[in-house]
Amino acid sequence: MERDDIIEYSLDAGHSEEQGRIIRKQILFVAILLTGITCGEVLLGVFWRSWMPESWHWVKWTFIVLTLVKATYIVMSFMHLGDERRNIRSMILMPYALFLMYLIFIAMWEGNFIHETVIHFL
Amino acid sequence: MSGDASKTLSNDVLWGGGRSPFSVSYGKLMIWFFLVSDALTFSGLLVSYGFARHSLLPGVEWPVGEVVFNKVPGFSASLPLMYVALMTFILIISSVTMVLAVEAGHRMDKKGVVKWLFLTIIGGLFFVSSQAFEWSHFIHGSHARVALADGRTAYLDENPEGDAVIDPATFAMHLGSTHGEEIKGPEAYKLFQNAVHVTYGANMTENEYGPPSYANFFFFITGFHGFHVFSGVVINFIVLMMVIKGVFQRRGHYEMVEKVGLYWHFVDLVWVFVFTFFYLV
Repeated sequence: MERDDIIEYSLDAGHSEEQGRIIRKQILFVAILLTGITCGEVLLGVFWRSWMPESWHWVKWTFIVLTLVKATYIVMSFMHLGDERRNIRSMILMPYALFLMYLIFIAMWEGNFIHETVIHFL
Repeated sequence: MSGDASKTLSNDVLWGGGRSPFSVSYGKLMIWFFLVSDALTFSGLLVSYGFARHSLLPGVEWPVGEVVFNKVPGFSASLPLMYVALMTFILIISSVTMVLAVEAGHRMDKKGVVKWLFLTIIGGLFFVSSQAFEWSHFIHGSHARVALADGRTAYLDENPEGDAVIDPATFAMHLGSTHGEEIKGPEAYKLFQNAVHVTYGANMTENEYGPPSYANFFFFITGFHGFHVFSGVVINFIVLMMVIKGVFQRRGHYEMVEKVGLYWHFVDLVWVFVFTFFYLV
């Protein structure tokens, strides 16, 4: 089937047998890393609270940082965004990240404000 | 693997027209646009979940994930978060098999694509059925909340199965929380019988775990994600059929596998965030 709109880039995407071996090694590395992080998160969740309950706040931040590490590996390695041109990478990530930082900031700020207001004035 | 994207081209050539400045095909660009908009939907849901948690009224506690999700099918012991962790593991592994299918497609290895895509579908089905168990456990509940006539709150030791009759002699409740002071026997049963209201499990208006919005967010976020996994399995299956029929072999490239792969990785990516913000934090 002739597809003139995609033929140029899609046919280009192939790779050889030995390149495939290198790529599979990278895939295995990322797979082990993601599994390890998930196991670590569960162990933290189960044990840290009983060991040091007063530092639970820090565990939550550890979770968030580890999640962002996992997300980076999934997007950059599994979704191959790291192999694409820089312009498409920025076009996908920048507007999304900017908008989301704004949304998180405004929602958390307002949420805390409502919480505090109810405590102080009702 | 990146083909045209790895070539060094000057900006004049890249943006000079007659080619994609991103060096990706139309279909791949569109699936990325779709994923960005879908990611905005999911982040909207998770941010509103965060908003609900941060704006809690005083005296209202948000439920703890380790306490609510502590059952594994086949085990009677309390295993906090183990099942959710297993689900996460299954989804990550199915993401790995998907990326291997894409890699096999780049080598025009039809057999490899079929093998890895098939394993991906199995992983997806496994995940969806685990989700069904989680929902049933969540809806059925394990420690019903009892609003006692004197204003105190108690939690049942164990929810009765279906229409089973409760035996007053072995009846037990915990005051204040599920680990609070235990009251047992016929006196406790009398308190239970005179209770103002008993909440079993979870539904859209109330739940035994905490504020009503907790169950609503659980149903909506994990339900919306579960539906994504389900449709991902269906699309993967269609593409697997096309691979077996040799459509892509004849076309000369396996970009369609790459595109459904992007969707599948995205579903995995969303679950990573749902796992953190709903179950862990």
